[in-house]
Amino acid sequence: MSEKAEASNPDQVTIEVDGVEMQARKGSMIIEATDQADVAVPRFCYHRKLSIAANCRMCLVDVEKAPKPLPACATPVADGMKIRTRSERALKAQKGVMEFLLINHPLDCPICDQGGECELQDLALGYGRGVSRFSERKRIVKDENLGPLISTEMTRCIHCTRCVRFLDEVTGTSELGGMFRGEHTEISTFVGRGVHSEMSGNIIDLCPVGALTSKPYRFSARAWEMLSHTSVSPHDCVGTNVQIHHVSGAIKRVVPSDNESINECWIADRDRFAYEGVSSDERLDVPMAKVDGRWRAVSWEVALEMAGDALKAFEPDVIGALCGPQATLEEQYLLGRVLRGLGSNHIDSRLRQRDFSDQARRPAFPWLGLPIEDLDRQQSVLVVGGMLRGEQPILNHRLRKAAKAGAGIAYLNPVRQSLTYAAEQHVVAPADLVPALATLVAAAAEAAGKPAPEGVAALQSGRAIGETEKNLVARLASADRSLLLLGSYGEIHPQAAMLRTLLAHLAQLTGSRHGVVAESAAVTGAWLAGAVPHREAGARPVAEPGLDARAMLEQPRQVYLLCGVEPELDCENGAAALAALAAAETVIAVTPFVSETMKEYATVLLPASTFGESAGTLVNAEGRWQRFPGVAKPPGEGRPGWKILRVLGNQLSLDGFDYNAVDEITDELDGLCRDVVAEANPADAPGDALAYPDEGLQRIGVVPLYAVDGLVRRAASLQHTDAGRDIRARMHPDEAGRSGLDHESWVVVRQNGEDIRLPLVLDDAVPEGAVVVPAGVAETAVLGSQFGPIVVRKA
Amino acid sequence: MSAVPNAEQVLSEDARRQIDHWVAKYPADRKRSAVIPALHVLQDGNGGFLTEALMDALAEYLELPPVQVYEVATFYTMFDTKPVGRHKVNICTNISCMLMGSDEIVSHCEKKLGIRLGDTTPDNRITLKVEEECLAACTGGPMMVVDGHYHTHLTPEKVDEILDKLE
Repeated sequence: MSEKAEASNPDQVTIEVDGVEMQARKGSMIIEATDQADVAVPRFCYHRKLSIAANCRMCLVDVEKAPKPLPACATPVADGMKIRTRSERALKAQKGVMEFLLINHPLDCPICDQGGECELQDLALGYGRGVSRFSERKRIVKDENLGPLISTEMTRCIHCTRCVRFLDEVTGTSELGGMFRGEHTEISTFVGRGVHSEMSGNIIDLCPVGALTSKPYRFSARAWEMLSHTSVSPHDCVGTNVQIHHVSGAIKRVVPSDNESINECWIADRDRFAYEGVSSDERLDVPMAKVDGRWRAVSWEVALEMAGDALKAFEPDVIGALCGPQATLEEQYLLGRVLRGLGSNHIDSRLRQRDFSDQARRPAFPWLGLPIEDLDRQQSVLVVGGMLRGEQPILNHRLRKAAKAGAGIAYLNPVRQSLTYAAEQHVVAPADLVPALATLVAAAAEAAGKPAPEGVAALQSGRAIGETEKNLVARLASADRSLLLLGSYGEIHPQAAMLRTLLAHLAQLTGSRHGVVAESAAVTGAWLAGAVPHREAGARPVAEPGLDARAMLEQPRQVYLLCGVEPELDCENGAAALAALAAAETVIAVTPFVSETMKEYATVLLPASTFGESAGTLVNAEGRWQRFPGVAKPPGEGRPGWKILRVLGNQLSLDGFDYNAVDEITDELDGLCRDVVAEANPADAPGDALAYPDEGLQRIGVVPLYAVDGLVRRAASLQHTDAGRDIRARMHPDEAGRSGLDHESWVVVRQNGEDIRLPLVLDDAVPEGAVVVPAGVAETAVLGSQFGPIVVRKA
Repeated sequence: MSAVPNAEQVLSEDARRQIDHWVAKYPADRKRSAVIPALHVLQDGNGGFLTEALMDALAEYLELPPVQVYEVATFYTMFDTKPVGRHKVNICTNISCMLMGSDEIVSHCEKKLGIRLGDTTPDNRITLKVEEECLAACTGGPMMVVDGHYHTHLTPEKVDEILDKLE
C-alpha cells in the first residue's frame, strides 16, 4: 500500500479514518486530514492558524496499534494509519476529557454571552454527562479589565491558550500569558496593563468559551436571534470581509468572514467595532433645510427640490463635489454623473492628497502592485511613507508574516513605528522623503552600473550614498520577490508625484514590483467610477479635468455637493475646507451624520445610509471588486446613498437615472471598466518636484487609527481605547529641548494663525525638525494642513 | 516611552554580569533559556522576591515580551512575586511526605509561628511557603527545604531546632 501511495505522490500518505481511506499530506496532523474530509473531531485548543498546543486533549482519537488514545491535533499522519474517531475508546477518552474540563467551569450558560454559540456548550451536549459527579468546590478567578473592547469572565476559561498564542504569534504583542500553574493557572496580563493590539478583538472569536466576549456587544442579543450577512469593511483599502450580525435590521456586531486571499480569518479592531457609530446620536434621520437661517425638517420632495433648484441656479463651473472616504462605487459613479450632467468636472475623492501633478500620467487606478495574499511571500520589501500598523493593520499583519518567514522589511518614514517584527526603519523629516528616496535611486543605479535617471542627483539635495542605502538596494535587487510600496502617507505627501516616479525608477533598477497603498476604502473605486476630476467612469481621461480636492478649496466654489464627507476632518486642510464651505452660497450634504459644524455651513441635509445600510461595491487596493448587500435600514427617513443620488439625477432631468436596483448601476459600471487593467505608476523622467512648504519646525499630520472616517470617529468603544484617546503632540527630546520644552506637559501648538493646547510627549521616534500632531480629530481641526510649518511653545 | 524602565538602570552591574554568564551558555537566539537562572539572580539580589520592575527589566535585557518572564516567575514556587520574610520554609506536602505525616509538620509550624501556609511572620523572619510539588526527597519524608537546604526525616522537635536557629 505504501508503495502505491509513494508512486502516486511522494508528498501524500494514505490513511484510514473511520473505515474510509483517504489521502493526507505527509507531515500533517490527523486533525487536518479529518477536517479536510469533514469528519468532526471535537477540539478547543487547536486552531489552524495557530501553533499546536495540544493542551485541551479534547481531540483524542483511537489510533490502531497505539497503546492509548492520541491527540489528533498533535499526531502526524503515517502511511497506513488506521484512525477511529468514534470508537468506544475514542469516545470514552473524549468524554473523560470533557468531564475534567467541566469540573471548574461555572456552567452559567443562561447568563453567558457565549451561550448558543459556545464550543464548550455544543460539545458538552455531545460528550458531557447529564449530571455532574463533581461535588467539590469549584475554582473562581478574578476578572481582569483588558480595556474597552474585550469583556472577561475568567472563571469560564478552560486554558486552551488560543488567545495567548494569537497575541504571541499573529500580532506579536504577547500581551496575555498563562500565569501560575496547575489548578491555579490563569490567563492574564499579570500586571493589569490590558490588551492593546490593533487586532485584539480576534481573541473574542478565538475563545471557545465565554471567558472573552465583546464588551460593546455584551448582552445585546443572542446568537440564535441574529441573521448574518457578508459585507466589506469600509475603513481602509484592504477590503476586509466581515459578517454583519443583526436583529431585524439593527446591527448588533461585526465578526470576520474568512477570505484567505484578503484578511484570512482575522479583522482589525477598527473593522470589528466601528459599527457602534451606526447608532450614533448624530445620525441624521430626516431631510433638513435651512430656511431663513433656521433649520427645519422637510419632506424628501422639498429637500430634493431645493437641492435641484440650487444646483440648476448656478453656472456649472462654480459647482464642486467632494466624495467621502467610505463612498461605494455606485455612489461615486452617480455623483460623478450628476456633476458631469450639470457640466462640471469639479469632483474629487482624494480628500487628503496635495500633489495631483502626475494624475494624467497615472494608470487607471492606484494599484497595490500585487495581490494582497502575495505580500506574505515577498522576500524584500521597502515601504516609503507608510505607517502600515496604524493605517492598514491587515497589510501590516501580512508583512509581519513575510518578516517571520525571513523577509527583510524596510520602512522610510517620517516617524518610527512601534512594530512587532524585525524591520529596518529609516526615519527622515517629511521634507527629506524625496531626497532620501532619490539617494536610494542613485544607489540602485550605481549598483546596477547604470547612469542615474536625469534629475535624480539634484533631488538628492546633497545626500550622499552611504552603506545603508547600498545594503538596502542590494537586498532589493538580489531578492527574487521584492516589493516597493508607497504608503498612504506618501500618497498624500506634498511631493507625492515625485515619490511615485522615484519609486517606479527604483523598482526598475532593482527588478522589484511596486505599487501604492490607497489612503481610504473609496479612493481606488473613485478612479474607476469617475469620482475624480480627471477621469470619467471606466477610468476614461477627461479632456479638460476639473478642479481637484485641494484646488476646489483654494479656489472656492459657490455650490458644494458633499457625499459622506465631514470636510473639516476628512480633508487634508480641514480649516481651509471649512472656510470655503462657510463662504459658499449653497452646500448640499448627502450624509449619514449631522454635526453642529455641518449645520453652520450646509443648506440642505439629505439623510443617507452608512455601513451595512446600503448595498454597494468597494474596490480594494489590489483592484478587487467586492459587492455587498444592505442588511439594515437607515434610521428614520434615511435612504441608501445611491437612491438619493438617483432621485437627484431625476430632479435635475438628467438622462439615464432610471435604476431600480443597485446591481443595475454596478453592472453598467462594470461594463465601462471592462478594459481597465491594473498597472503600477510609470517611471517617467523625474523632472521637478513640487516645492515642500519647508521652513522651521514641520508638522507631521498623522491620522490616528481611529479617526479615519465619520463612522470610526463615532464608535465610542474605539475612542475609549488608548489609541483612540492618544491625541498628543510628539517631539524628539532634543528638538523639544531647543524650544525650552524639557518635560512632558501641556504645550501650545500654533499653525494657520490658530493656537490649540495639547499634551506633549517626548519621543525619539520622531525626527528632529518635526512634530507629530494628529489630524482628522476635532481637537486639531482648526490647525489646517497636515504638512508645513508649525510652532510649539510652552503653555 | 517613559513608562518602560531601562534595564541598565534597574539591573545592577553585578546582576547583569551574572545573567550574562548564564546567557552565554545558550545559543545567541535562545536568550529565553536563561530566564530561570536570571530570575534566581535577581531574586537573590532583592531580598528573596521579584518585583514588576525587575521582571520588566529582565524582559528588556533578554529581549523577551514581559509576559514570558511573568509566566516563568509565577509558575515556579521557588520564585516569589510578593515580599517575603528573611527565611523561606518549604514543607513538602506531596504524596510520600503526606503519608509520612507532613500534615502534622505543617500544623506544628503554623502553630509555632502563629501564621498560615503562605504567610510571613510579623517580624518578617520566616515565610511559610505553599509548596505544591514534590521536592524529590521521598526517601526522607516528611521533609522540608529551608533557604535551599534539605532537612529530612522531620519530627516536631527537629523542626523546632531548625526554625529556632533562623535569625
